[in-house]
Amino acid sequence: MTVADPTGAAPAGVPTIHPIPSGTRDVLPDEMRELRSITATALGVFDAAGYGEVQTPALEYEDTLARGDVAGAPPAYRLFDEHGRVLVLRSDMTVPIARLVATRFATAEPPLRLSYLAHAYRGVRPSRGQSREFLQAGIELVGAPAPEGTVEALTVLCDVLDAVGLTDYRIGLGDVGLYQALLDGCGVRDAARERILHELVTRDFVGLQREVGALGLGADAAELLVRVPQLRGGPEVLADLGGQAGEAAEGLRGVHALLPPRVAERLIFDLGLVRSLGYYTGAIFQVYDPALGVPIGGGGRYDDLLGRFGRPLPAVGWALTVERLHIALTGEEAGR
Amino acid sequence: MSTGLTIAVPRGALLEQTLDVLDGIGVDTSEVRANDRKLLFRDVGIVTMRPSDVPTYVEAGAADIGITGKDVLMEQSEREVYELLDLGFGRCVMVLASVAGDDPMEEALRRLGVMRIATKYKKIAMRHFERTGRQAEIVEVKGSVELAPLTGLVDGIVDLTATGTTLKENGLVVREEIAVATARLIANPVAHKLKAGAIDALLERMRAA
Repeated sequence: MTVADPTGAAPAGVPTIHPIPSGTRDVLPDEMRELRSITATALGVFDAAGYGEVQTPALEYEDTLARGDVAGAPPAYRLFDEHGRVLVLRSDMTVPIARLVATRFATAEPPLRLSYLAHAYRGVRPSRGQSREFLQAGIELVGAPAPEGTVEALTVLCDVLDAVGLTDYRIGLGDVGLYQALLDGCGVRDAARERILHELVTRDFVGLQREVGALGLGADAAELLVRVPQLRGGPEVLADLGGQAGEAAEGLRGVHALLPPRVAERLIFDLGLVRSLGYYTGAIFQVYDPALGVPIGGGGRYDDLLGRFGRPLPAVGWALTVERLHIALTGEEAGR
Repeated sequence: MSTGLTIAVPRGALLEQTLDVLDGIGVDTSEVRANDRKLLFRDVGIVTMRPSDVPTYVEAGAADIGITGKDVLMEQSEREVYELLDLGFGRCVMVLASVAGDDPMEEALRRLGVMRIATKYKKIAMRHFERTGRQAEIVEVKGSVELAPLTGLVDGIVDLTATGTTLKENGLVVREEIAVATARLIANPVAHKLKAGAIDALLERMRAA
């Protein structure tokens, strides 16, 4: 055992450890080479698809990010500038790009196609593929409504994953409005609604059943509220959805019908998909790979967000977490 | 037969009934029953571990599904796993207990403003006292929690009890029931999508059993 030298000097041959903040990491050349090959491929696909790369500052004013309603991914790191204004490290790139589009492309003719490769910061519990500082590669397609815009975004997503050589991935596609419509249809409001959504967000179907049971709805309605969010699979899961939920289902069918076959075959309809970001309005999606226990990335439609910055335009976008994509690629390679 | 899934099975108090459930849906558990040192049973897709490790394996995807107590899930509420089914067995109650007679926790709260509580379930205990608006100092212990109030280390304990026998034998009485915990079936979020067919089939058979 080595005993710390009070002068701070380490014994010969033993490195002095200078810690870095929890949840951050250094990247050394072997890993960096592999990450670079992934990001270079992604940027190549973005470029070929007409998505111009942009950069925004890592720091934004807190008020700016707050417009994005980032409740699901609250900024974890705040600091003050010399005037006492609160700055935050961005928790994703979508809100900064919404700001950028409204400000710098105020009069540009839509649609706008933008891409990025940038670090984002969240106060998460560090675990596999989950750092507090993580690298995102993604696109934002602004001014292209559903379903065509969604179809284009999903197609570029598959293009990137195919180009980097991921083979076994699937894309889960859901709609944030679908379950809300079911709750509307059953007249579930206020506190009861919050409790039910909480069970859904925390992935607790036992709790969902308990909360739905406590509502005293008819057997059919209760069964619907418990069964639908557990549905995932082919287009057959969209059957039997009436009313407003039927509209959301119709929207998902519309996206599916327009997808090129190579993209469509990757798709899983996932009616329980809940993404934590508050700005999503319609279709949402997540990328899964059997080689990794957590999603590699995801995105969705945010048709209201640009309006909050003064340039109301429908939009869709997604981001892949590069470190997770790297782990999945390595895992697929090892399993081959 | 094999389910095509990797199942995390808890050793300890939940083991027997977990294996009974798996037998009931056609998984051959005889090798697990015959072998209490071996941990990995690849042929039937079973891995065995401490109940509190089950969410760790399932969250990371090292196991597709797992069975563990609701007490473990409540204590590890940050884990990103799906909770699919209440299996009903292994019923225990999370309680607040102290030595029989005048409640030392009340005395401590009144005179010292804070009560000292020993537990293995730090988060559940802290949440309970926050929710009920009482100040408590949590002392985390690893071994027999019942010892702590008897030696004067703490004023009370938060612990899981099935029958209450151990509490009674140590002269402790239940003051409050915090939550009821039963065994739950959990799933990895990615496996839940990519192996939907296998998971739903297993869920169906468990519900029917």
